[in-house]
Amino acid sequence: MNKVPLIHITRRKELPWYRSWAIRVIAVILALILCGVITLLLVGENPISIYATMIKGNFGTTKKVWNMLEELAIMLCTSLALAPAFRMKFWNLGGDGQVLMGCLGSASVMILLGGRLPNIVVILLMLVAAIIAGTIWAGIPGFFKARFNTNETLFTLMMNYIATQIVAFFVVVWENPKGSSNIGIINQASREGWLPTIFNQKYMIIIIVAVLLTVATYVYMKYTKHGYEISVVGESESTAKYIGIKVRKVILRTAALSGAICGLVGFLLVGGVSHTLTTSLSAGRGFTGVMVAWLGKFNPFFMILTSFILVFLDKGAKEITTIFGLNDSFGSILTGLILFFIIGCEFFLNYQISFRKKQNKEVA
Amino acid sequence: MNEKIPVLQLRHITKRFGDKVVANDDVSMDAYKGEILALLGENGSGKTTLMNMISGIYFPDEGEIFVNGKSVSINDPKDAFDLGIGMIHQHFKLIDVMSAAENITLGLSNEGKLNLKQTAQKINEICERYGFEVDPNQKIYNMSVSQKQTVEIVKVLYRGADILILDEPTAVLTPQETDKLFRVLRNMKEDGKTIIIITHKMHEVLEISDRVAILRKGKYICDYETKQASAQILTDAMVGHTVSLNIERPEPVDPKVRISVRDLTIRDKDGIVKIDDVSFDAYSGEVLGIAGIAGSGQKELLEAIAGLQPIEKGSIEYVEEDGSRDNLIGKDPMEIANMGVSLSFVPEDRLGMGLVGNMDLTDNMMLRSFRKGKSIFADRKTPHDLAEHVVEELDVNTPNVATPVRKLSGGNVQKILVGREIANAPKVLLTAYAVRGLDINSSYTIYDLINKQKKSGVAVVYVGEDLDVLLELCDKILVLCGGKVSGLIDGKDADKATVGLMMTKVGGGDIDE
Repeated sequence: MNKVPLIHITRRKELPWYRSWAIRVIAVILALILCGVITLLLVGENPISIYATMIKGNFGTTKKVWNMLEELAIMLCTSLALAPAFRMKFWNLGGDGQVLMGCLGSASVMILLGGRLPNIVVILLMLVAAIIAGTIWAGIPGFFKARFNTNETLFTLMMNYIATQIVAFFVVVWENPKGSSNIGIINQASREGWLPTIFNQKYMIIIIVAVLLTVATYVYMKYTKHGYEISVVGESESTAKYIGIKVRKVILRTAALSGAICGLVGFLLVGGVSHTLTTSLSAGRGFTGVMVAWLGKFNPFFMILTSFILVFLDKGAKEITTIFGLNDSFGSILTGLILFFIIGCEFFLNYQISFRKKQNKEVA
Repeated sequence: MNEKIPVLQLRHITKRFGDKVVANDDVSMDAYKGEILALLGENGSGKTTLMNMISGIYFPDEGEIFVNGKSVSINDPKDAFDLGIGMIHQHFKLIDVMSAAENITLGLSNEGKLNLKQTAQKINEICERYGFEVDPNQKIYNMSVSQKQTVEIVKVLYRGADILILDEPTAVLTPQETDKLFRVLRNMKEDGKTIIIITHKMHEVLEISDRVAILRKGKYICDYETKQASAQILTDAMVGHTVSLNIERPEPVDPKVRISVRDLTIRDKDGIVKIDDVSFDAYSGEVLGIAGIAGSGQKELLEAIAGLQPIEKGSIEYVEEDGSRDNLIGKDPMEIANMGVSLSFVPEDRLGMGLVGNMDLTDNMMLRSFRKGKSIFADRKTPHDLAEHVVEELDVNTPNVATPVRKLSGGNVQKILVGREIANAPKVLLTAYAVRGLDINSSYTIYDLINKQKKSGVAVVYVGEDLDVLLELCDKILVLCGGKVSGLIDGKDADKATVGLMMTKVGGGDIDE
């Protein structure tokens, strides 16, 4: 018998932008509906009020808005650090460790030099130390990749653990008060090495850095010779060699750049947000950044949106956990479901599904 | 053949990719028992897509397929095998570390234990019946290309195929190996098998096939009894208008040595000698052909000249107009370019080396030019103009210059690559298999471009596989055999048999059986 498959999947040609965005919006709506049903069934809360709480968690008060923006800026900077490396197909999973090393660099300058030099010099040295630390941390796997073609995924991943341990060591060295295993707020009274407030806003400087970095990364990847080399090396190493690009140099340079920006994030975290040093400062952003960069297709402007989605979901999840007194896993379940739909809809953007049609069958 | 029994019938087959590309448009055609049907068409005419639908790789959007008069639905390659259809792809799908017998039984879900002895016996039976030579216990990595192909064919027969589809089987074979393949195909035909063969080589179509079906732009045009057809008739039908089939060979004007290679020896990464003590000169205003069985060191030789291949010993020198010599050894492509040596290279692997498939035309043009200037920003304007120029000049079929190169057909991809490589007025042009996989029309465009370069005084090195073309196009032919120079002959006096022998044995002469 003639059995045409019931469902058959074909690749789509490019969709007009409004259709692709319609698909994405539908995905989010479906996700919200499903989450609503689950909320109702599992915890018996009204989904609408859950969603309202999520929004309030992000936008409820001016302070919350600033916190959300700060988190968004840090998230975005971390993913921007990864984007050039990923474009080169250098899978830098060591963002966390590189950020942490940046934190260590900044904190060490703050602790050791704070008060001995003019504040502006301290801040500049913190920046330099953070960038150098991050650069080294990504440069090591970059060097091995370039020289021996080692697997950078594993290498950068393992470097995270080493970074955590190094930071843990220095936390003990600099612990304050003694025996607390804690550094506490550094220079709390003098505020040496703290980033200045702009328009009286503590986080303004971080947001400005994020904006500048977004534009700079976009220009770097799209319009410069370096950016072009990164794309060619990422697409095909043999093409790169064929036209005389020094592949090793590009790999090393791009890995180092990735680490340098991660180091910058560490500087922002220590100097502008936490003013302390702990092993959990980077809080997994090096990994969430991977998702942000992929979802944003390595386009810095799309990545603003994707980091907003992730930050919004995270903050919202925390808020509903507190307000409704729920187990804190519940927020993660909702976040996971929504992300599943957002990522899953990529399939429908690239493929279309046709169902069996009626056919006439005669041999002509 | 008086009584024709159709074994495979296609009716109104349409296959679309996306909204715009119609790969096959309402194709209806038949294949009969015991015939060799050649499928002829330009690149992008939908031959491979059509065959892929028969062998279960694609599923048609519309239309029906009948095997032995019954309407069938072929969802995957296994369905195709069950119906007795087997396809031999251009790129072999064999596992190197396994023996022939293991590869042949691979994926067959027979009951009971794997019995390699029994398999070997059955393989030997098949071989005897059709005249193959396969050692069931030989490992694939020890096999020549032609042997691997034989294993692929036996694999399909082992699975009981009655309809065999071969996609450009002769592209990788020497003339002698091709003859051998054709003998086997004829034996299979006598045995009642149906063979569909895709090839671009017109003389092979005329030699082997009983009937020729022609596709043009996804549509079925017509078929001819091969006996009543000629190369000219078939080409015209395929292209849609009259095409001249002679390759021009203008007399070289004032040839001077441009590239001088002496005692060159190259080992690959595994330490195997790929080029063994090779010496030759390439002259300006001449086309130097390089003939040889696939893998005789052609790739390594060209890459060494282009600065991509470390060498063990010997010298490669570029001779300037005034007679001064520059050593090219140990320099990478960038350094060679910085020395003022204008060398262009059209590599064998177009999308893996010469171009970046995912990048658009402009960005691919940029590969050669992006470093120019001191600015940190890359100039996109000039490459954009060059892309527009190449598209217009070489009649490239593309929606626009912002289309990723991988979406273009083989001929158009090659035009982009050659167009870029000749754009910076080279002194030396190296080409590797410049017309591989190209249809006749695109091939002739490429020959014309090569001749134009030759006339403007470029030293052209043309590595080719089609001996007919090499003999017609090249002024001199360097024959390689196992990395050694087997002979250097004048293009005008050479004949195919001599070159063929030189390819298999250093210095030519009779082959010892």
